[in-house]
Amino acid sequence: MEFFIISMLNGISYGLLLFMLSSGLTLIFSMMGVLNFAHASFYMLGAYVGYTISKITGFWPALVVAPFVVGLMGAFFEKYFLRKVHKYGHVAELMITFGLSYVILELVQLVWGRIALEFKPPEILQGPAFTLINHSVNGLQFLWGAAPGEMCQAADAAIRVVCSPFPATRAFMMVIALLMLVSVWLLLTRTRIGLVIQAALTHPEAVESLGHNVPAVFMLVFGAGAGLAGLAGVIGGSTFLTEPSMAATVGSVIFVVVVVGGMGSLSGAFLASLIIGLIETFAIAFNYSLGTLAAQLGLNLSAAVQQSSVVKLTLSQVAPILPYLLLVLMLIFRPKGLLGNRDA
Amino acid sequence: MKASYEFKPINVGRWLIWGIFAVLLLVAPQLFTSSLAITILSQIGIAIIACLSFNILLGQGGMLSFGHAVYTGLGAYLAIHALNAIGNGWYLPVSMVPIVGGIAGMCFAVLFGFVSTKKSGSTFAMITLGLAELVFAMSLMIPEFFGGEGGVSSNRMVGKPFMGISFGPPIQVYYLIAVYTFVATALMFAFTRTPLGRMLNAVRDNPERVEFVGYNTQLVRYFAFVIAGFFAGISGGLAALNFEIVTAEVVGAARSGAYLLFTFLGGATFFFGPILGAVMMVLAFVLFSEFTKAWLLYLGLIFLFMVMYAPGGVAALIMMNLRIASFGHLGKVFGAYLAMAGAGIVAFLGASAMVEMIYHLQLTTGEGSTLSYLGTVLDAKKASSWFGAGFVLATGLFFFEVVRRQYMQQWDEIQEEIEKEIKRREAI
Repeated sequence: MEFFIISMLNGISYGLLLFMLSSGLTLIFSMMGVLNFAHASFYMLGAYVGYTISKITGFWPALVVAPFVVGLMGAFFEKYFLRKVHKYGHVAELMITFGLSYVILELVQLVWGRIALEFKPPEILQGPAFTLINHSVNGLQFLWGAAPGEMCQAADAAIRVVCSPFPATRAFMMVIALLMLVSVWLLLTRTRIGLVIQAALTHPEAVESLGHNVPAVFMLVFGAGAGLAGLAGVIGGSTFLTEPSMAATVGSVIFVVVVVGGMGSLSGAFLASLIIGLIETFAIAFNYSLGTLAAQLGLNLSAAVQQSSVVKLTLSQVAPILPYLLLVLMLIFRPKGLLGNRDA
Repeated sequence: MKASYEFKPINVGRWLIWGIFAVLLLVAPQLFTSSLAITILSQIGIAIIACLSFNILLGQGGMLSFGHAVYTGLGAYLAIHALNAIGNGWYLPVSMVPIVGGIAGMCFAVLFGFVSTKKSGSTFAMITLGLAELVFAMSLMIPEFFGGEGGVSSNRMVGKPFMGISFGPPIQVYYLIAVYTFVATALMFAFTRTPLGRMLNAVRDNPERVEFVGYNTQLVRYFAFVIAGFFAGISGGLAALNFEIVTAEVVGAARSGAYLLFTFLGGATFFFGPILGAVMMVLAFVLFSEFTKAWLLYLGLIFLFMVMYAPGGVAALIMMNLRIASFGHLGKVFGAYLAMAGAGIVAFLGASAMVEMIYHLQLTTGEGSTLSYLGTVLDAKKASSWFGAGFVLATGLFFFEVVRRQYMQQWDEIQEEIEKEIKRREAI
């Protein structure tokens, strides 16, 4: 039970991190039609810039400043690079962001080196947020913070006690992601600029003829999307690893999220992020393979079949490919995506 | 309307160009005889097929694929397994092994293409990316087929020598590659002239209209995808023969990215563009990467600027200047080209000196702070070398910008004159 709850929370927190990235990607895509291949690179930049700022000022100012810096970089890129290739069509736009991902990766390695950095979260986030204690006599207990050692040790050998801590960084990630989700939603629906953005999503010409500066709005959206990715980077970098390959590991997954959720659908991206986060987290925890399945069904496999690696592969080993399998299945059975409404 | 009395039994220009191409393939290893040169030439042949097959998707079909290495790579795997099977008594000439790779690439394209060609544009790009990740992740999970970390190795001398050809010496493999390159290039060019090839262009330019005419755009994309997969597989099979080892990185994202980058740099809008791209790719990977550690950074920056200022790639630049030359105006801009090249080189020297100094500081800290750069010694920890490099860069940029403005003006004038000239000729 406690395993289920903790895995569920881990999955949700990872899914929310994915959503922090895919929301920016989706906003940029639905507004400008640009698939930002370098989105995960902005995530990586956020982690590295956050690392450097936190060296100077500490973690909390870095959490605020780094996304702004990354957002400014994104706006700069939009204004001086992306806008120039707009006239050549979407393929050229995709290409220039593809080139940017190369350049950012090399620049990051140039400035910060090729090995992983030690980007530690602040003291307050280093311990567990809460601990679930499963006591075979007293049942399930909930405790804020770390559990004292004696509570996790049974005095009697017959009593089984399992303590499952939930890391504070994960909890923090969830809080920030939810805050971000709410504020973006409020910004889009309740403010004037949000309404202009929404209008520019579908009818850019009409908005422009009403006197709004649509290119500036585009720049703002691109910068904001990059900034959100940067914010995710500061949190993700301090929770997981800050290393040059972090863009590649998360990059292809967020593309899967956007396609599975439906191109340009924010709520679809939210749903898909959570699903993929949960699938990956739960799959890692299980050690079942085709071989154990056959054994449970009572099938007798020959020794040669039992030794083949396909049968021996456990669910935790195939976890990395599950999002892509989901993508393929989705395209075969529902090409629009979960909540997509356009058949692009 | 063409006059009916015009009689042209042979298209002289075309025969000439293909003849030159064949002679180049034949003569190149006689001119450059070192073993490094033979290796590079073999790789260029392989890359030409791969990039041309990629351009069936990108240039002719408007499909941006991030997973082309899947088809070259899986073709290479099947080919190397076929080679091993020949060693175990299968009857198949070694020279046919690339065909096995081609058929494998085609079969996988039939399978994966069904999913990916359901969409076009950006969605297609993401699906190919996802499939590429899927195949790459699988390659590490199934060591029986993919050989795990070490890859699958083989020996290409397993067949009986036929007329003295055992494929032992690299030069024999080169000529096999050359034959395949020539035939595959000719076939792919012929494909652009078939109704399907023409329809593919139409699907790229205006899919909606094609649907109205009554064609199924998805099917056209699918057929093109399968054909591209076939040629990609042939290139993979040749690579397997050439290196005698296939590792998991041949299906990796970096390989797919390289095909995309260099096909684009060569020029996707012209048929011969990818050939230039393939030559650049092999030279960059083999030679340029030896020269500087920062080559990926330079490559990325060059790519960015090409997308912005020359989206047609090198091929389009060549064709634009050929057009000017054919109207006899090249002399006017020639001076500007020389000046721009000079200023560009100066700016590049300054910028690259800075990049090399940063790389030196970051990567080779053990060897002190001095590095030799093009014969001069720079101290990466002294402000003077940074100021020097910065000054050189600024000077180069300044002169480049001055010349560029003049050049743009000249260029526009020349284009106007050419337009007038064309109208005048039409009037005659």
